[in-house]
Amino acid sequence: MSTQTLAGEPLLSCRGIVKSFGRVIGLNGADLDLYPGEVLAVVGDNGAGKSTLIKCVAGALIPDTGDITLNGERRDFKRTQDARLQGIETVFQTLAVSPALDIASNLYLGRELRKPGVIGKVFRMLDKKRMRTEASQHLQDLGIGTVQSITQTVETLSGGQRQAVAVARAAVFGSKLIILDEPTAALGVRESARVLQLIKDLRDRGMPVILISHNMPQVFEVADRIHVQRLGRRSAVVTPQTHTMNDVVAIMTGAMTVDEKDQALGPVRSAN
Amino acid sequence: MSNPASSTLDLAEEFLGRRTPMQRLQVTLHRYPYLSPLIVLIVAVAIFALINPKFILPGNLSFITQQTVVIGTLAIAQTLIILTAGIDLSIGAIMVFGQMVMANLAITAASNAANFGLPPWLAITIGICASILAGAINGFLIVKLSLPPFIVTLGTLSVFTALTLILFKARTIQGPEMPDLLKVMGVAIKIGAFQLMVGVIVMLVLFAVFTYVLRMTSWGTHIYAVGDDPQAAELSGISTKRVLFSVYVVAGFITGIGAWIYIGRTGAASPNADPSINLDTITAVVIGGTSLFGGRGTLIGTLLGAFIVVVVENGLALAGLDQAYRVLAIGILVIAAVALDQWIRKVRA
Repeated sequence: MSTQTLAGEPLLSCRGIVKSFGRVIGLNGADLDLYPGEVLAVVGDNGAGKSTLIKCVAGALIPDTGDITLNGERRDFKRTQDARLQGIETVFQTLAVSPALDIASNLYLGRELRKPGVIGKVFRMLDKKRMRTEASQHLQDLGIGTVQSITQTVETLSGGQRQAVAVARAAVFGSKLIILDEPTAALGVRESARVLQLIKDLRDRGMPVILISHNMPQVFEVADRIHVQRLGRRSAVVTPQTHTMNDVVAIMTGAMTVDEKDQALGPVRSAN
Repeated sequence: MSNPASSTLDLAEEFLGRRTPMQRLQVTLHRYPYLSPLIVLIVAVAIFALINPKFILPGNLSFITQQTVVIGTLAIAQTLIILTAGIDLSIGAIMVFGQMVMANLAITAASNAANFGLPPWLAITIGICASILAGAINGFLIVKLSLPPFIVTLGTLSVFTALTLILFKARTIQGPEMPDLLKVMGVAIKIGAFQLMVGVIVMLVLFAVFTYVLRMTSWGTHIYAVGDDPQAAELSGISTKRVLFSVYVVAGFITGIGAWIYIGRTGAASPNADPSINLDTITAVVIGGTSLFGGRGTLIGTLLGAFIVVVVENGLALAGLDQAYRVLAIGILVIAAVALDQWIRKVRA
């Protein structure tokens, strides 16, 4: 059952991340490795620290101790903006969209485009026209342009459409890696399939993706490697080829442990 | 032959596309929140003009604009704050403080506690800076100590009021004592029988400037985002603390301009000026369709709201009704406006 891994340096690497909330320990020395061009699924029981771990990577939480390195360089993210400037885009479980703003404004929230020249520099005028045309172009490119109008406010959208806006924002702006926290939790079957297709498209473009999900069939469909989180640490990393869904659930609950030599700790997909 | 599944879907779709007149109204008001105050204002003006033709004489209309100018100016500041889901109860106290700073620094009367006699432009600048500082204190307490805006500004309402009385010995400074520049906002430009006050022009310019800022700049977008869902805004990379703090500072600046206008409007600087102005500004903002829950509203609505407050007061007075009825009418309008807002917020696509 041992996995053939390739040689390679991780794009993103976390070592010994500790994060506590008062007396509750969210992460207890967690590790994580993401290799170029792969889809890494992060699974685990409720409270295993999946969301906490990726929030540390995304800059939404500041770890108590531990190292996060991106491309071999140590990074200390204090805010989501810091991670974003390094090309890490995240779709949070809460989506982080602003209901009263329209789709284009949401897509460009926090990085609005300004008009060129004096109007933009001195009068800070936004280039709403360009943001709208580019936003609808992006949505169409991603195959999620099912909304009537780009100037619709997000609160008038269905749960699935809101999710599409949040995913689109990450897909458009992520330049190094994209993190999706339960991206299909609120979606129907058809919309879920579209998000999974989007993840595969991103991978085909060479964009690494971290996917957090509870949905085992979806994880096994798209993941190159599966990182199993348990009690605030990494319990094992396996691949869909070497282990079954039942094995993964068993690792999640602690009923099964995997020897280090049988794990997929190195890259399995050759970066192109 | 059509298959039963698709015909069910067609039926459902037809039903989805159909909206009752009420729902259509709800959607329209949701998209254009200033429509309801606009309708209320037009109806009010029409009714009052019918009851008492004096109401639409140029003299009375100029009087209405003069009555609106201070409430309107402060309501700009109040709108920015309420859009962030905050509230400023100290706005009137800051204005009084600002105008007392201006007036006391500018005069040379021997009877005054301190005999500064600064050039009027400097006195005005310092007065505006004092208002900005007061706004910054509110902002600091709200952002750094994470206290609720209601409590902070309830406290600073008392603090700034007391500070004004302690520093300036509760002495009203009369118009003739002050240099002309301090009273320039009250100068009226005659357009036929209509008298347009300089302060009204300044107020309208401020409305135009901040409408542009809210609609066309990143900062404006971020104000809406922070008021709408602060967590989402923070995760989207907006520094909510910076936005909140800057809003209270800018509100202080607008209040400082309002203080200058107030001196021109009343022709005096009194430490006991208009205690009800706080609530009037909130009333104007709420009637103007801005949601007290933040993230939704327009300045054009606030301008209409400020006029509604004054028009209802003025119109009912001209109709011969007692002051108590005017207060009653404003109260009913506020509750109706909030009820309308709640209903509009339930809109779906």
